[in-house]
Amino acid sequence: MLTVTGVCTVLAVSVLFFILGYLFIQGGRSLNWDFLTKLPAPVGGTGGGMANAIVGSGQVLLLATMIGVPIGFLAGVYLAEYEGVLFSSLVRFVTDLLNGVPSIVIGIFAYTLIVLRVKHFSAIAGGVALGIMMIPIAVRSTEEFLRAVPVSLREGALALGSSRWKMVVTVVIPAALRGILSGMMLNLARVAGETAPLLFTSLNNQFWSTGLSQPTATLPVMIYAYAISPYPDWHRQAWAAGFLLLMLVLSVNVTARYVISSGFSHKARV
Amino acid sequence: MFYATALKKDSRPAGRESSSLVRFFKHALKGDELARGIVFACAASIIAITILLVYELWTKSSLSMATSGLRFLTSQTWDPIAGEFGALPFIYGTVVTSALALLIAIPVGVGAAVFLAELAPSSLSDPMTFLIELLAAVPSVIIGLIGIFVLVPALQTVVPALKSVLGFLPIFSGPFYGVSVFSAGVVLSIMIVPFIISISREVLLAVPRDQREAALALGATRWESTWQVVIPFARTGIIGSIFLALARALGETMAVTMVIGNTPKISASLLAPGYSIASVIANEFTEATGDLYLSALIELGLVLFALSIVLNGAARLLILMTSTKGSK
Repeated sequence: MLTVTGVCTVLAVSVLFFILGYLFIQGGRSLNWDFLTKLPAPVGGTGGGMANAIVGSGQVLLLATMIGVPIGFLAGVYLAEYEGVLFSSLVRFVTDLLNGVPSIVIGIFAYTLIVLRVKHFSAIAGGVALGIMMIPIAVRSTEEFLRAVPVSLREGALALGSSRWKMVVTVVIPAALRGILSGMMLNLARVAGETAPLLFTSLNNQFWSTGLSQPTATLPVMIYAYAISPYPDWHRQAWAAGFLLLMLVLSVNVTARYVISSGFSHKARV
Repeated sequence: MFYATALKKDSRPAGRESSSLVRFFKHALKGDELARGIVFACAASIIAITILLVYELWTKSSLSMATSGLRFLTSQTWDPIAGEFGALPFIYGTVVTSALALLIAIPVGVGAAVFLAELAPSSLSDPMTFLIELLAAVPSVIIGLIGIFVLVPALQTVVPALKSVLGFLPIFSGPFYGVSVFSAGVVLSIMIVPFIISISREVLLAVPRDQREAALALGATRWESTWQVVIPFARTGIIGSIFLALARALGETMAVTMVIGNTPKISASLLAPGYSIASVIANEFTEATGDLYLSALIELGLVLFALSIVLNGAARLLILMTSTKGSK
């Protein structure tokens, strides 16, 4: 039994190493300064880069953070600090529901909400789609880390005459801030790799996007478009972009998990 | 909350009358009430967003629901030009790829979970669990890249050997182009294995020690104790993790789209190209001409939404049942 189950584990772990290794070999050599700073070359031509996709991804993720993090964080504060028995259970249930919705359905939602109404694709629609995806995990991680703060900390602040909101803002949240921030980083890393909701909200763009209300190139969508194309040079660039995306996502993941695990060992002792 | 009322002072000058509206705003803008109002509004907005999501999906697919009716779910013909929208090929493709993915992922996942929870020392188990959770973080489009450029060529060398031995079976009949339902199933299994492993491992770790110790005290071997006592105790939770993995597999778009072959046909062979619900939405959404076409695609999105809710709800219920059982 040890061998059988051990083989299963080794199989699962080796897939990760295979993916990392293959991307490093295939993508690493194409990742150069040209790739990071130039626009895509004309179809079928060689050279060029993905600068517009990198900037576009940054814009869409910034929009998503501006939408998803405040709503998710404040709703998490509500669930952790203020309890209304029926309403809280309803909010938790709906948050879990929203978490389980496939990303492409959220893309359809952003499409019907924004793209159909203003009649063109935009980075804003993409940001809204990704922002909605960020909300459930933001809620859950905020609530979990706020609940982990000892009750004695809150009672101490109240005993000194603080009002409720001041206690939450100046005592509870700073105590949980490390965990909440790493939760948000994990959230961002997950959403950074999402392609499906962007396929018909922010679409794609061969050039620099001229504004947030215009379609924009994003890294995952470019990888997809280049990978299914018939041009070998585009395949090479898809590998490089994939390597870049994977490195960003995995490094944010590793940092966030390290921060969480070391944070719990230095928890406030009261 | 007596401390709040003790600190509040009545600041109205004697003899001055304020309207109840002014009093309401003065009360609402006091720190505590304002803070509570803001966070309550954010929590309520999540409910509002979800209701709006269901509403939009429902109204935008009403045109297709009215036109096609139940034929949508039973007809095999997906012909946008003739206005015929039958979703059965996509439902079939989604079900078959998910079933194949589960067939591969369940043994590997549960086996690895048993190894990490029961057999491996903590110094080995913790880093390996960390690595498997990193596998879950790999974006789907990157697994799709590996699928197109590594898995499909590899299968093209392996499958002819498979066909020469098992080619008489209908599930392995027909020509193999590389992109197929089989490749999509394999790629999907890579994506769902980490979920099965991490949730099953937690569920197995939550089994109380006295169960294992009782079995060992009665003379069971390690294998018997794990297989006949611990796993049945955690069975509900493991099934919950499988449901969760299935829910994830149903909605998985990019990796499947890149290797499934994009052919809206039902065929008995696993080696034939197929189509899944999420893939057809991803491929045809921006090219949908006409309101009925778009409405049919949105109705597919509604089907996917309903499936994911049912599966996720069932999964959480099962996992909840295990955790309450373990705390007895």
